[in-house]
Amino acid sequence: MAMLSFPHIAYLIPLLPLLGFLINGLGRNHLSHRAIAWICSGVMALAFAASGWVFWNLPAGAPTILTAFDFIRVGVLNIPFAFQLDALSALFLLIITGIGFLIHVYSSAYMHEESASQYGRYFAYLNLFVFSMLLLVMGANFVILFIGWEGVGLCSYLLIGFWFRNPAYAQAANKAFVMNRVGDLAFLIAIFWLIARTGSVNFIDLPMALGTVGQSAKLSAMDITGITILLFIGATGKSAQIPLYTWLPDAMAGPTPVSALIHAATMVTAGIYMIARSNLLYTAAPLVLTIVAVIGLATALLAATIALRQNDIKKVLAYSTVSQLGFMFLALGSGAYVAAVFHVMTHAFFKALLFLGSGSVIHALGGEQDIRKMGGLKKSLPITYWTFLIGCLAIAGIFPFSGFFSKDAILLSAFLKSPVFYAIALFTALLTAFYMFRLFILTFGGSFRGMEEQRHHLHESPLAMTLPLMLLAVLSVVVGWIGIPEVLMHGGDRLAEFLSAVIPVASGHEVSHATEYMLMGLSSGLVLLSIYVAWSRYKQYRSEESESSLTRFLDNKWYVDEAYQAAIVQPLHRLAGWIRSFFEPRILDGAVQGVGRVVRYLSQQIRFLQSGQTGNYALWMVIGIVLILSIQFFIRK
Amino acid sequence: MPINYYLFLSLALFSIGMVGVLTRRNAIIIFMCIELMLNAVNLLLVAFSKMHHLKNLAINPMIGVDGQLFVFFIMVVAAAEVSVGLAIIVMMYRNVHSVDIQFLNRLKH
Repeated sequence: MAMLSFPHIAYLIPLLPLLGFLINGLGRNHLSHRAIAWICSGVMALAFAASGWVFWNLPAGAPTILTAFDFIRVGVLNIPFAFQLDALSALFLLIITGIGFLIHVYSSAYMHEESASQYGRYFAYLNLFVFSMLLLVMGANFVILFIGWEGVGLCSYLLIGFWFRNPAYAQAANKAFVMNRVGDLAFLIAIFWLIARTGSVNFIDLPMALGTVGQSAKLSAMDITGITILLFIGATGKSAQIPLYTWLPDAMAGPTPVSALIHAATMVTAGIYMIARSNLLYTAAPLVLTIVAVIGLATALLAATIALRQNDIKKVLAYSTVSQLGFMFLALGSGAYVAAVFHVMTHAFFKALLFLGSGSVIHALGGEQDIRKMGGLKKSLPITYWTFLIGCLAIAGIFPFSGFFSKDAILLSAFLKSPVFYAIALFTALLTAFYMFRLFILTFGGSFRGMEEQRHHLHESPLAMTLPLMLLAVLSVVVGWIGIPEVLMHGGDRLAEFLSAVIPVASGHEVSHATEYMLMGLSSGLVLLSIYVAWSRYKQYRSEESESSLTRFLDNKWYVDEAYQAAIVQPLHRLAGWIRSFFEPRILDGAVQGVGRVVRYLSQQIRFLQSGQTGNYALWMVIGIVLILSIQFFIRK
Repeated sequence: MPINYYLFLSLALFSIGMVGVLTRRNAIIIFMCIELMLNAVNLLLVAFSKMHHLKNLAINPMIGVDGQLFVFFIMVVAAAEVSVGLAIIVMMYRNVHSVDIQFLNRLKH
């Protein structure tokens, strides 16, 4: 086993999904369903095993940098194609490959009705998606991170638009791609700025650029503020925050396992990862941290209110993801990077669980996504029912489910930042519990409200789908136990300890144990109350809900899409229309055709030269010679 | 004899030839005019060659000889040209029963 050293296995992690992508992508017309499913799930399982090995054998202390080759070397700028393995990236590797593997297994059953060629295309994209995300978290500098960043953007586009024959789905894919580009532009500018000021994009050079190790700082306060704001704008695009969040709910156009992958393991957590990775910069820019916290809080509240009135099972989950991401940004903005990473982790498990559960429901109902036409699914889908319940309890933050610990850590950090933030965050958490249990009760409780034909076909999903659900359900419970707050168990917060090499433990103001108990008790009590309210309100289904201007406002998602449509899309359309109707035919075509017309006119004028008479030609020759001779004699003298 | 006489004679011959080429329509006459122009040049070459030869005889007895050599070249080329050109004119006459060059203006189209 001497061959399999640490770097070899680390390189295998991203290469395996890439291999799966190549095999499935190139061989999709020749492989059977079975072969495709085995190959893609197999590479994911191996990548997960490799990630686990790397995680256990991670050298303590300084991060391990594995340089594959020089990627860009221009003058003094040297950007290596290097991977950085430390506590943070190892943790993300485990989440991505682990959840990715389960989603692959689940997909093998969920997508079984596609033809072999489409099935292969789907899994090729899925593997490429995981590969991009692995590149993103393993990159040792912003440029490699950016390559992965763009890769996940591309794959999300391909997968959201997987059923591209439906124009609405293709439109949703376009929307996701374009919105991401806006953020990517800001990210790219931030990278250029960083290069211009420090000449390096490596993460390990960040402390040096900040001047914390005895040297003078290369970055001024303004540089840091500018770079962090631009990076944050990049993160809002990828992680669906105000103002670039509207693509995520529309991204539900993709197959349900893709939604699970986007929301849990890949893509949307990229922004959180990037900010946690550059936490040194952010800590040096307190103003930007406050902006991050405010945006996160606003997004959390906005998305939670929208989720209250959504009737599409996947849309509710999508808005809940936006809201939970807002929570994570709130934690980042409060300086609690560990809490944000912790919530990324717990959220990855329970959100993957909820999405896969909703996929199971949709599968059982033959494509129905409207929760008003569900209900009473408890008997026919027992495994989905129980696992979904666990997911809901986890996201609502009930002790001892994982969501409780991570959400509690975030609420505590918000409390330390400002009590106002805490109050709004707590309110949002109550809304979360309310809409999740509204969803749960409308889906599984009461009696079935769908068509008779659907009732006849109700069935529990196959093992390939329920097994990931059960595994994720167990993980959704236990994964929170790695971050038990100090007050409940001494030395319980192993996550912060584990990440302390990457994210310095802030020695900020501590709160007394009594306050902490009080906060926990308050949030738990209110969440339970909120669940009770949801239960009492929706246990008897009423088709007509009260209509008011507020509910209409929420039904229409705060009219954000309409506002964007009016403020950005329509003017652009008009501009494009003007260009098409005026600029292009008149000015561009005019210039091009004008050249032709001038040449044509001139050639008409000198056409008579070409008379076809030999004598004429000879005459011109003589005239020419005489001219040359006269020049010789009279001018050049 | 002064060189001027030779110059004027050859200029006159050349001009007659040139005007003939430009104005006449009969291919054979054009051909003859071309020969006339060639021979005008030959005459000029020989005249200048002789002039230089006599003037520089004391310095270099070989000077001016190359001019006369060129005359032989031109004669050879003219002979070759005549054989090809006349052959073309014969073929042209066989095809279109005319040696009028205005008749052959198809290059225009």
